[in-house]
Amino acid sequence: MLEIINLHASIEDKPILRGMNLTIRPGEIHVVMGPNGAGKSTLANVLAGHPSYEVTEGEILFQGKNLVELEPEERAHLGVFLSFQYPIEIAGISNFQFLYSSTCAMNKARGLAIPTEEEFSKKLDEAMALMDMKSEFKYRNLNEGFSGGEKKRNEILQMLLLEPRFAILDETDSGLDIDAMRIVAKGINSIASPERSLLLITHYQRLLDYIRPDFVHVAIDGKIVATGGPELALRLEKEGYDFLSQGQVYEDSLV
Amino acid sequence: MTTQEMFSTEYKYGFSTEVETESLPKGLSEETIRAISQKKNEPSFMLEFRLKAFRKWLEMKEPTWAAVKYPPIDYQDITYYSAPKKKQTLESLDELDPEILKTFERLGIPLDEQKRLANVAVDVVFDSVSLGTTFQKKLQEAGVVLCSISEAVQKYPELVEKYLGSVVPIGDNYFSALNSAVFSDGSFVYVPKGVRCPMELSTYFRINDKQSGQFERTLIIAEEGSYVSYLEGCTAPAYDNNQLHAAVVELVALDHAEIKYATVQNWYSGDPKTGVGGIYNFVVKRGRCAGFRSKISWTQVEAGAAITWKYPSCILQGDESVGEFYSVALTNGHMQADTGTRMVHLGKNTKSTIISKGISADKAKNTYRGLVKIAPRATGARNYTQCDSMLVGDECCANTFPYIEVGNATSQVEHEASTSKMNEQQLFYLQTRGISREDAINTIVNGFCKDVIKELPLEFAVEAQKLLTLKLENSVG
Repeated sequence: MLEIINLHASIEDKPILRGMNLTIRPGEIHVVMGPNGAGKSTLANVLAGHPSYEVTEGEILFQGKNLVELEPEERAHLGVFLSFQYPIEIAGISNFQFLYSSTCAMNKARGLAIPTEEEFSKKLDEAMALMDMKSEFKYRNLNEGFSGGEKKRNEILQMLLLEPRFAILDETDSGLDIDAMRIVAKGINSIASPERSLLLITHYQRLLDYIRPDFVHVAIDGKIVATGGPELALRLEKEGYDFLSQGQVYEDSLV
Repeated sequence: MTTQEMFSTEYKYGFSTEVETESLPKGLSEETIRAISQKKNEPSFMLEFRLKAFRKWLEMKEPTWAAVKYPPIDYQDITYYSAPKKKQTLESLDELDPEILKTFERLGIPLDEQKRLANVAVDVVFDSVSLGTTFQKKLQEAGVVLCSISEAVQKYPELVEKYLGSVVPIGDNYFSALNSAVFSDGSFVYVPKGVRCPMELSTYFRINDKQSGQFERTLIIAEEGSYVSYLEGCTAPAYDNNQLHAAVVELVALDHAEIKYATVQNWYSGDPKTGVGGIYNFVVKRGRCAGFRSKISWTQVEAGAAITWKYPSCILQGDESVGEFYSVALTNGHMQADTGTRMVHLGKNTKSTIISKGISADKAKNTYRGLVKIAPRATGARNYTQCDSMLVGDECCANTFPYIEVGNATSQVEHEASTSKMNEQQLFYLQTRGISREDAINTIVNGFCKDVIKELPLEFAVEAQKLLTLKLENSVG
């Protein structure tokens, strides 16, 4: 599904990713953990095509296509989704209008039928019920005045509606209380399928109490330095990143 | 940015047309004014009007209070009259100089019979003169007059004499005095008692000549119980000198009459990088709600001109009369705009609404300046004002100067203001949801301006929306 090969990327000429490699197959859930500044959010932004980051070397192959050459919306049309760490507020556009235009743009690019507003509204109601969101959120301006938890739920709501093939969740669990975490996890689990892959970026093991990953990777200094199963996340939680940064390579179930 | 995007953001209307013109020499004196009046074969009251204005103007000083900067204007270095040479009187617009017909075709204002905008009557003004008006027959049947003001001076002198200068007195300000002295053409609309004008009326203003100023004069009279919706559009070639456009628009609404006046202004705004060239758009627009329950709405999309300085206003004289002002002012490159409105409440239970949206990008400067004045006898007057500014980038500037003078304690005046920023992060967010960059800009601008755009006639709302998006594409990111 996704193959990241020797990826180097920088922002304002400052290199952040320095030779990242990662392979994700259909249906797999991968987790990337790592200390602050390791390049986790950069990886998420580079995958989605943020214009401030420059890919200086390497490739991102998604279903055989090199994403590096594509605009963010073209990547989205192919099925790449990014749940933002800090979702953006936009005044003057209701959440409904935004979600509807997004769905229409996606369907158009994917050659699918454009739903009427009524059809879409029904689908939206179902997804909002799953995310435990009140219907007033339909008509409020996009993310404007939403609490941190409401913004994250709104991100997962978008993921449910846009049905991506590959979703990157950038610290979706940060700043969530236990109830919100449970709802977000429910949303994520509800779209998990053998065709769909996920990349979770997180600082904490606790999200993994709700979502069972296939692989856990550790990123340090813009590279993946270790790969393991869920037990790696547990060990990191207990011991921190020190045991990795001392030059040892953790070799359990390397991909 | 793709090359296609770069080209699409260029000023599309920057070409000029080779036509034979008849011009007066540069400069302004009593002689110039007599010559203009003579060329137009005007009755003596018009010459008197002009000369009186000119003498006033000589005593006045150019105002400097607006938040705009420009080098001094040499009023002797302007051509005050320029007109395409006419061979004979035209039977219809189809007989126009083919070069001029082509010009309007390129501007998206087809004048030939088959291609005309459905249900919009258009009067076209090229440099100093009106070239003619479409759909004359249909308007005549309804009793509505839409013609050039020169024609009105000949055909309806009593109306012109009664109303010209009745809303904007000749000595009102520097630019209105100048306009009153030298105006060469513009539009005249008269809607008789009880008539609902069957179609949108519109005037398209085109500056073509490099040296000439454009001083047009528009007068709209809506008699008791009538309704009219009027739209003006403006473009000019891209020259490296600054050109002066000093227009005066007067509206009069009698009892129960309603006038909707919309402007989509896209004058050449100068080179976006250097700021060289562009139109100085110094305009006086004022409406008088003279009658009981009369209503005047101004809607403007100001997207061009190097400097814009205009305050479409309403004098709410009739009891229960209503004034509205809906404005989007977009400035980018080195543009400067100081625009807003004045709502003067004189009658009882008068109401006014002001919705102003300023978008400022690049190194541009955008100022809202508005006055809400409640006179002592305006019992029960109400005003609602909302002023929002959107900034694009870090080098632009937005100001808001609301002035409120309340002379009657029973009135209600509300004012809301906000400032927001459009940035790369917002566009990226929308793009990751499958929305193209262009549509993303469109979505954000549309969301910001929708309260104003929805006031425009449908055909023009779409165009105005596109214009704003095109203008901003280069400025974001």
